[in-house]
Amino acid sequence: MNINSSNCETCPVHNTGNLKRLGIDMSSFDFVVALAGNPNTGKSTVFNNLTGLKQHTGNWPGKTVTRAEGGFEFNGSKYKLVDLPGTYSLLSTSTDEEVARDFILFGQPDVTVVVVDATRLERNLNLVLQILEITDRVVLCLNLMDEAERHQIKIDERILSKDLGVPVIPAVARYNKGMNELLNSIYEVATGKYICKPYRLKSKSRELNFAVEKLSKMLREEFPNLPNAKWVALRLLEGDQSIIDSIRNGELGKIYSSDQKIELVTVV
Amino acid sequence: MNNEQKNRESILSTANNLRWEIGEHFHDTLMESIYLNASDISKRAVTIPSEKATVSWEKTVDKILTSRYTGFPIMFLILGVVFWLTIEGANVPSALIASFLLDTIHPALKSLSSFIGMPFWLDGVLIDGAYLAMAWVVSVMLPPMMIFFPLFTLLEDFGYLPRVSFNMDNLYRRVGAHGKQALTMAMGFGCNAAGVVATRVIDSPREKLIAIITNNFSLCNGRWPTQILIATIFIGAAAPAYLAGIVSAAAVVFIAVLGIVFSLVVSWGLSKSVLKGEASAFSLELPPYRPPRILRTLYTSLIDRTIFVLWRAIVFAIPAGVVIWLVGNVAVEGESIANIFINWINPFAFILGLNGVIFLAYIIAIPANEIVIPSILMLTVANLGLAGVGAGSGVMFELDSVADTANILNAGGWTLLTGINLMIFSLLHNPCSTTIYTIYKETKSVKWTLISSFLPIAMGLIVTFFVAQIWRIFAGS
Repeated sequence: MNINSSNCETCPVHNTGNLKRLGIDMSSFDFVVALAGNPNTGKSTVFNNLTGLKQHTGNWPGKTVTRAEGGFEFNGSKYKLVDLPGTYSLLSTSTDEEVARDFILFGQPDVTVVVVDATRLERNLNLVLQILEITDRVVLCLNLMDEAERHQIKIDERILSKDLGVPVIPAVARYNKGMNELLNSIYEVATGKYICKPYRLKSKSRELNFAVEKLSKMLREEFPNLPNAKWVALRLLEGDQSIIDSIRNGELGKIYSSDQKIELVTVV
Repeated sequence: MNNEQKNRESILSTANNLRWEIGEHFHDTLMESIYLNASDISKRAVTIPSEKATVSWEKTVDKILTSRYTGFPIMFLILGVVFWLTIEGANVPSALIASFLLDTIHPALKSLSSFIGMPFWLDGVLIDGAYLAMAWVVSVMLPPMMIFFPLFTLLEDFGYLPRVSFNMDNLYRRVGAHGKQALTMAMGFGCNAAGVVATRVIDSPREKLIAIITNNFSLCNGRWPTQILIATIFIGAAAPAYLAGIVSAAAVVFIAVLGIVFSLVVSWGLSKSVLKGEASAFSLELPPYRPPRILRTLYTSLIDRTIFVLWRAIVFAIPAGVVIWLVGNVAVEGESIANIFINWINPFAFILGLNGVIFLAYIIAIPANEIVIPSILMLTVANLGLAGVGAGSGVMFELDSVADTANILNAGGWTLLTGINLMIFSLLHNPCSTTIYTIYKETKSVKWTLISSFLPIAMGLIVTFFVAQIWRIFAGS
């Protein structure tokens, strides 16, 4: 590889040319990227933009109920993108929300892209904060910026990015705007060029902090591979039956294989 | 108990003890701190304009679309306009495609086959069976789909469907089902298999089962063309010409609404008997209205929906065409198998205001609802012994328009009652094979799969029976 071409690769102007949509070809990949967010924020639209697939999208909360997977190549690395069902919270237990939660918890994506609705940022942040508790490597995609503009809502993405400690990319996925910047951030977070310093919830209760600390220590001893013992501890304190079961039968210890199956839902 | 298990149990029991110590309000405290944090962060980053400046037309539109008084009338009106456009618009392209595939290509294939000396049975199975069935599916189904799907997708893109669910939610809750069933029902209008998959958004197994069993009462893509065609031929023809389009559109809306009524009644019945329980609460977020992207919508609804549904129909139509040709041409003691079955079941079908051809067509069309009408037409021709292009029964002669389709059906002894009951039966019969398989995958239960499959048929038989009896008492025919 000569010097000129490597210059091109790192030049932001040429990024569009560096995206190769791989559709459902995920034969070998370097990074796994999860797409999470509240219902109807445009996750599937982002998914389609990046993979070139045509997962059905609609102005309709709850379009995606299982995960859909696709691939793309960017800057010479192959990525597997997993479109998760929309969820308001990771603390409840319906099937579609469990799919999202389990994947972020156990699928160990290299990057989790949280797609949020810019017009309803405060509500969307509730999920973002919960995801930041589970995983460090997050990119926030501030979607539907055109609607926010229409409603004359102004968002300072630099302040937001500084507060949350992760990259924040304004976008209009429906019109393919902001996708290059998003790709670049995914690339930087995946390769460790951007180190996230995620915002962590501040709890005032001393009893709670003690309990979480004690439990996560026990958990780490029993399941050394567990990436987010603190979150599991919180769930245990809440008495989440599926987490209790997965501890009892040892499932929690196994790193969930992220290529279990390709389930593409075509909704006509 | 080994060491590993001991450790795990000790984690669980520690968690149990700690749970007591931190108290029961722990979940609320946690949620509260999340909300507070979120609110702080968003206050720093977001500038929201004063109330006055915000776009308020959305609120006004929502008030009208989801109002207790105007919500339902507007819903019926919108559906009516969509069907009217479909019915009025589909005729011309339908005639064009039919004349091309049936008048031009079919004779060309026939002369080619006689030129290369194909044996008569191979020629019959391939050209008069498989090819004609495919040509039929394309010319009958493609034009209405090309108009209906883009219109439906535009409505969906605009954000109207969640408003429909919002209107319906209260009704579903009152019959003891989950409000989200309104969402899965609306999805079923596209495809029942998709609607069944969508029931995953419902947490409670009881309410999920109700939603799965009743999803079939949402008319799906495969059945819309049947409804539209039969409504045009029989209902529209019974009205004065200038009203025909509006009357047929109203008839289709009526059947669709009847389906919703049945889904409510059956949900009520189930939640009061085998699936007893209280309805659980949920929140439904009304998405913002978004200007639909016309070109993108045309593209996706053509590629994803029209071609997808058409392709599925063709795949199922080709073997069905072969079967139809075979049952029309293989004879036992001088009579074709089709005739034997049709004559055998005719007395029973007559009681239901249907006929033997419809029953045979529904049996052949179990794999896909899309091919019911083509099968009925091919079987009617075969049964009447009408032979058109080429030789042998089971061969369609060329049909240029809806009017010619009507001629065949009238020749087959169809009346207004047959048309009405076919529309009802098309609403109330077993789900297609894909949906049945999906139901099994979702419920993992043979029992509930069987119930979901046979309950609608039983209802269809009962309803058509009563309609036929009442019709005959009053109309006397």
